Amino acid sequence: MNDMTPTREQRSAALEGMGCKRKRVEDIRFTQGKGNYVDDVKLPGMLHGDFVRSPHPHARVKKIDDSEALKVPGVLAVITAETLKTVNLAWMPTLAGDVQMVLADGKVLFQNQEVAFVVATDRYAADDGINKVIVEYEPLPPLVDPFKSMDPDAPVLREDLAGKTSGAHGPRKHHNHIFEWTVGDKELTDAAFNKADVKIKEMIAYHRTHPSPLETCQCVCSFDKIKGELTIYGTFQAPHVIRTVVALIAKLPEQKIHVIAPDIGGGFGNKVGAYPGYICAAVASIVTGKPVKWVEDRIENLTATSFARDYHMTTEIAATKDGKVTGLRVHVLADHGAFDACADPSKWPAGFFNIVTGSYDFPTAHLAVDGVYTNKAPGGVAYRCSFRVTEAAYCIERAMDILAQKLNMDPAELRLKNFIKPEQFPYHSALGWEYDSGDYHTAMRKMMETTGYAALRKEQAEKREAFKRGETREIMGLGISFFTEIVGAGPSKNCDILGIAMFDSCEIRMHPTGAGIARMGTKSQGQGHETTWAQIIATEIGIPADNIMVEEGNTDTAPYGLGTYGSRSTPVAGAAIAMAARKIKAKAQMIAAYKLEVHEDDLEFDIDGFRVKGLPEKFMSMKDICWAAYNSVPPGMEPGLEAVSYYDPPNMTYPFGAYLCVMDIDVDTGVYKVRRFYALDDCGTRINPMIIEGQVHGGLTEAFAIAMGQEIRYDETGNVVTGSFMDFFMPTAVETPHWETDFTVTPSPHHPIGAKGVGESPNVGGVPAFSNAVNDAFSFLGSTHIQMPHDFWRNWKAAKDLGAVV
Amino acid sequence: MAKTHVTMKVNGAEVEGLVEPRTLLVHFIRENLGMTGTHIGCETTHCGACTVDIDGMSVKSCTMFAVQAQGSDITTVEGMANADGTLSALQEGFRMMHGLQCGFCTPGMIVRAHRLLKENPAPSEQEIRMGISGNICRCTGYQNIVKAIQYASAKISGVEFREAAE
Repeated sequence: MNDMTPTREQRSAALEGMGCKRKRVEDIRFTQGKGNYVDDVKLPGMLHGDFVRSPHPHARVKKIDDSEALKVPGVLAVITAETLKTVNLAWMPTLAGDVQMVLADGKVLFQNQEVAFVVATDRYAADDGINKVIVEYEPLPPLVDPFKSMDPDAPVLREDLAGKTSGAHGPRKHHNHIFEWTVGDKELTDAAFNKADVKIKEMIAYHRTHPSPLETCQCVCSFDKIKGELTIYGTFQAPHVIRTVVALIAKLPEQKIHVIAPDIGGGFGNKVGAYPGYICAAVASIVTGKPVKWVEDRIENLTATSFARDYHMTTEIAATKDGKVTGLRVHVLADHGAFDACADPSKWPAGFFNIVTGSYDFPTAHLAVDGVYTNKAPGGVAYRCSFRVTEAAYCIERAMDILAQKLNMDPAELRLKNFIKPEQFPYHSALGWEYDSGDYHTAMRKMMETTGYAALRKEQAEKREAFKRGETREIMGLGISFFTEIVGAGPSKNCDILGIAMFDSCEIRMHPTGAGIARMGTKSQGQGHETTWAQIIATEIGIPADNIMVEEGNTDTAPYGLGTYGSRSTPVAGAAIAMAARKIKAKAQMIAAYKLEVHEDDLEFDIDGFRVKGLPEKFMSMKDICWAAYNSVPPGMEPGLEAVSYYDPPNMTYPFGAYLCVMDIDVDTGVYKVRRFYALDDCGTRINPMIIEGQVHGGLTEAFAIAMGQEIRYDETGNVVTGSFMDFFMPTAVETPHWETDFTVTPSPHHPIGAKGVGESPNVGGVPAFSNAVNDAFSFLGSTHIQMPHDFWRNWKAAKDLGAVV
Repeated sequence: MAKTHVTMKVNGAEVEGLVEPRTLLVHFIRENLGMTGTHIGCETTHCGACTVDIDGMSVKSCTMFAVQAQGSDITTVEGMANADGTLSALQEGFRMMHGLQCGFCTPGMIVRAHRLLKENPAPSEQEIRMGISGNICRCTGYQNIVKAIQYASAKISGVEFREAAE
């Protein structure tokens, strides 16, 4: 070899494959303002639509008078439920098996519900029109408190369900009841509680919040009357699902529906579902024959599309006196708002909440979830988490701390004592899951050593004594969270959306010059798929990532996929990429064998090409194989080099992590300071450490927001009082703590590249760490559990209630 | 509604247009001028996605009327690259330090950071955090945005940027 021959390390580095901190492809356009988001789409003759919304949380709609609105210059049409009934679209099916009003049909059931859709030549004229639509309401008593939903005299919210004693998920117990979902062995669990040395019971609430990506939900619908084709540009996390939903409910042939999700300004679960705006814009385009744009404003986003959480979890743990858990019992009251529009896989009315046994070896458990209607916005989306997994992680992580307090045991020690052991994987949980892999003890010990946990506990003990002596007004809390997630929905045996199995897909086409394109069923909203997907292909087939273009979001060109949410892209689509790449590689090997005149078994893959075993000089690069694929393939072989894979995962993946939050709280003001936050994540194989770290930073910041103040709150009359960024806590760079990240690597045994997914772990694990820190700080003053969000006022109130402030 | 004629300089070029008195500057820039890099995130001056530079100040263009910008000199994200079309130190910093994810807040962040570095070429971390506190990012948690601005600050001063140790 001469000096010019690149070393193996250089050849490998040139690929920028898996494990490389590859800089993002997307950033070139985004940093120059050249992204293409939905509101940037401008079609000739495009109109704008906007909603008249209800000021009442619960009222009968007596009359809608649009006559004055239609006189406003620029206003072309006012669409109401009556208009939609002519095309059978006044109601739409939800992903959860319920139906939802597209526009108010006789009644309104939550404040800011969509009542009429005004279509005008521009967004200002549409707004003028809205102000001239006169709606006559007859207010009805609002139902705000979910605990009163099933009172015998509770108002009837859903008159359309009158007489229906069962819904999509079984029997209904009351006119405001949606479903009851139970999992686990009740008898065995009751028996464990009957003989337990120690028991704890607490109602742990996870308040209503909202994903609130910086770009709101929006679309442009354009119906071509001549061709009978509907094109929809939209902020869709799952474009193919939207296409199928439109085909099913609008009765349009699916091949004539083109769904395009361009660049998306954050999703976090907000952009999975189908909203009235999409339906109204589509109908308006069909009615007017012009493209129609609908862009949600921030108030509409916060108050009408897709809240998250609102789980009220009564949690009990049974344990031995030395701290071994023997049983878990949870009852959840789930506030779903006015319509059950949860975006869960169809058979899972409470998502994967049955991951609630967490990282611990519970011999038995029982779970019951009751979903109820209230006069609040519909939703129940997975806000940066797999379906209801963040609720489950919060529930068990808070409860373990409460148990530790009761046992007078260190919460870290209690966790170490009850972790599922490495040799127990694959582990079958009491509530039905098969955990793929994990090494919890190693991760926990690494966290404790790196943070100096023992020294922090000692400092806390000293500070508590100083507080009791009156020498300080500051209290210190250590919040541990050791979460296990369940992501990568999902295997067709138990996951579908509207009957479509939750596989995902990748199609790779290699071009003659050694470049290629990969088309995906997923849709990035900031995760950097254009960068990371190419890295997987680079490592798998030995073509530099820079030579692979990744395309997502166009249902005409992309293979069918179920989209991006629930940390499913890497576990499902990431696997599809590897499988498609391996098909390419297998064909490439045959071509190389033919060209090198050897049997294909005599070849071995070597970074960026195939080499004859034992004859290192006989080598053919993948680049040359790509060329050969288009001119000299073996006799009988089809030319070309492309492959498609639809990957149905055999199991979910189970990322986990060990987090620690160190917090100081001034009892006189309630002002807290996050002194330190350490996050160790194990997401299996790491594709791009830079992007993983970015995902962890972002997820922790959202967790910080949720735990420390972010809430969608209703007053007792059903007014939503957190409808703008003035009231809805959005941390800025000033409030946001500094994040320390770390990792262990326990690959998933069933995933082709061992990756588990990471985007949502920090949100799932972060919230309990913050809340446990606050609760840990106050515990020595006699409290067991303080509800989130832990804003300054609530901290001060807690201190006051505990007698620490006079 | 009667329209008003406005003229202003945007990214170095003289522009003009007919606008209603109520037309917001951000809509004039995005829709009349077709420069869609400037984004709208909240319409209430909280999020900063619509930040543009007007006569040497960072301004949220979602709550300013186009007529108020009559005669002013405006720079948007489209005017941030170097004269030769290469990425500016700030744009490069955002990419190198992974200071963006979905990209929706990025134009406002870069325009704001540009003015911050003009006012304070070597800001401390706290000064950066305070300096961008009018701009919300939902994806990054700000840590890498701070690094991106430190990177640009170093590069503009001709110093090699060394990441602060974790």
